[in-house]
Amino acid sequence: MTVASEQHGLEAPMPNATVGLDPAEVAKLRAARRERVGRWLLPVVILALSVVLWDRVCVWNEIPHYIVPRPGLVLEALIADWPILSVALLNTLKITFGALFIATVGGLALAVLFTQSKWIEISFFPFAVILQVTPIIAIAPLIFIYVDSVQAGLLICAWIVAFFPVLSNTTLGLNSADHNLRSLFALYGATRWQTLRYLRLPAAMPYFLGGLRIAGGLSLIGAIVAEFVAGSAGSGSGLANQILEASYRLNMPRMFAALLLISVTGILIFLVMNLISHLLLRSWHESALKREH
Amino acid sequence: MIAKTLVKASQDVGPQGDIVSLEGVSKTFSNGTVALKDLSLGIRAGEFLSLLGPSGCGKSTALRIISGLTGPTSGRLRWPQETASQPEHELSFVFQEPTLMPWATVFGNVWLPLRLKGISKSAARDTVMEALEMVGLASFAQSYPRELSGGMKMRVSIARALVTKPKVLLMDEPFAALDEITRFKLNNDLLALWQRFGWTVIFVTHSVFESVYLSNRIVVMAARPGRIVNDIAIDAPYPRTEAFRTSTLYADHCRSVSQALHSAMDANDHL
Repeated sequence: MTVASEQHGLEAPMPNATVGLDPAEVAKLRAARRERVGRWLLPVVILALSVVLWDRVCVWNEIPHYIVPRPGLVLEALIADWPILSVALLNTLKITFGALFIATVGGLALAVLFTQSKWIEISFFPFAVILQVTPIIAIAPLIFIYVDSVQAGLLICAWIVAFFPVLSNTTLGLNSADHNLRSLFALYGATRWQTLRYLRLPAAMPYFLGGLRIAGGLSLIGAIVAEFVAGSAGSGSGLANQILEASYRLNMPRMFAALLLISVTGILIFLVMNLISHLLLRSWHESALKREH
Repeated sequence: MIAKTLVKASQDVGPQGDIVSLEGVSKTFSNGTVALKDLSLGIRAGEFLSLLGPSGCGKSTALRIISGLTGPTSGRLRWPQETASQPEHELSFVFQEPTLMPWATVFGNVWLPLRLKGISKSAARDTVMEALEMVGLASFAQSYPRELSGGMKMRVSIARALVTKPKVLLMDEPFAALDEITRFKLNNDLLALWQRFGWTVIFVTHSVFESVYLSNRIVVMAARPGRIVNDIAIDAPYPRTEAFRTSTLYADHCRSVSQALHSAMDANDHL
């Protein structure tokens, strides 16, 4: 959020020029600028330092590369094994985004259905909760027994993990529309569809996006967990399979390289979700606004 | 058919000219609270009527019943002038809060009532801009509500109420949350618009001073159970300006309305 809001934040309707400002205001502006730079510079510096420390610890303690590889070695493995790892990454990404897409569309549709009829919500919400609270790792073996296609099994697992936050957040959002606005819609004789389209869906947007942000990370976790359970090698194997396979061979650098790719994917999903959220809410929602005090 | 309905309507009603009337209306909430008890009130077309009373006297409930948002537990709400050819009494409601959609621009908010009637943006543009002109916010059409002050938001809310060209304007303590300077300004603007368009205004307030300044009739209500205790005519001529606000006539009216209100509240204490 922070990086995105810095780049895309609306300019507050205040003069930006320092002309005619008293020293306190100038100091405030300077502090704001310092914070803007520090916000991305500090994490980068800390990250670089910890990589250096990792390298030094390996050297000082003479840790062999088959226990903890040095960062350079991981990078070498990443480049050398890229043909294998890139295919695995692509497979994992397919499952992750496939599951995220189904979870988003399905969660949104179910939430709309739930708010249209109390009886549907009462009948089916417990099922959603059951799916959510049962650990995916416990259901996954069953799914792989009953579902022939490994791809479909992976998709189902990742979807089960990811859809609940979208469903529950969107349901909450759809029910959070301002009471007086609902009265107003009733007064002007709005149809059910109009109330949904012009009032409840926009009001649910921040909640939905909050759910989406969680679902993005969860769909990656779901995909990785499912891959571990499926454990299959071959054409459809993803990053988790690479980690498993490398661990059998004690190929530590490749394990680290695959892990790095998973982390980077997770971070990118997080950033993309934040960006989407910011772009959609920046003109009106409190969460995306910068305030001058 | 139309003529027949008209005759029937005029036979049914008591005094001619009532635009809406409450006949023996009672409202009991599901928790047992008696919000209104046996309330009868006829509101004449073109009147600026204030419902004045302490909190809990059911003035807002009465307004919601008139708007049709809620129904009476017993008694009747009638629109005597309503005919078969014109089944919908055109009314608008202004809430205590501006009640704007934060995701829509000022234009989008004012467009809403027309949009719900299926009028496209381009077809509604002139009407919406006209309503915004009336409240002096035409240049803020593309702003979002968060960019506006409290008073400006309330103006947008009023513009939205006016955009359907209503005959009856229902206002539920619309200026209660505003500072005094803004409130006085909006009082004047509202009066000017009322004189220009001649709507019937039903204005809920708990401010004696505001009700005397604005209305030509004040209905004083008391609580537990919600009922009418006094019906006072304010015969000071319009246009009323800041001069009226400082006149002895205004002070006299305020005093008598205040007394009516306090006697209602004293009576309450004995209950």
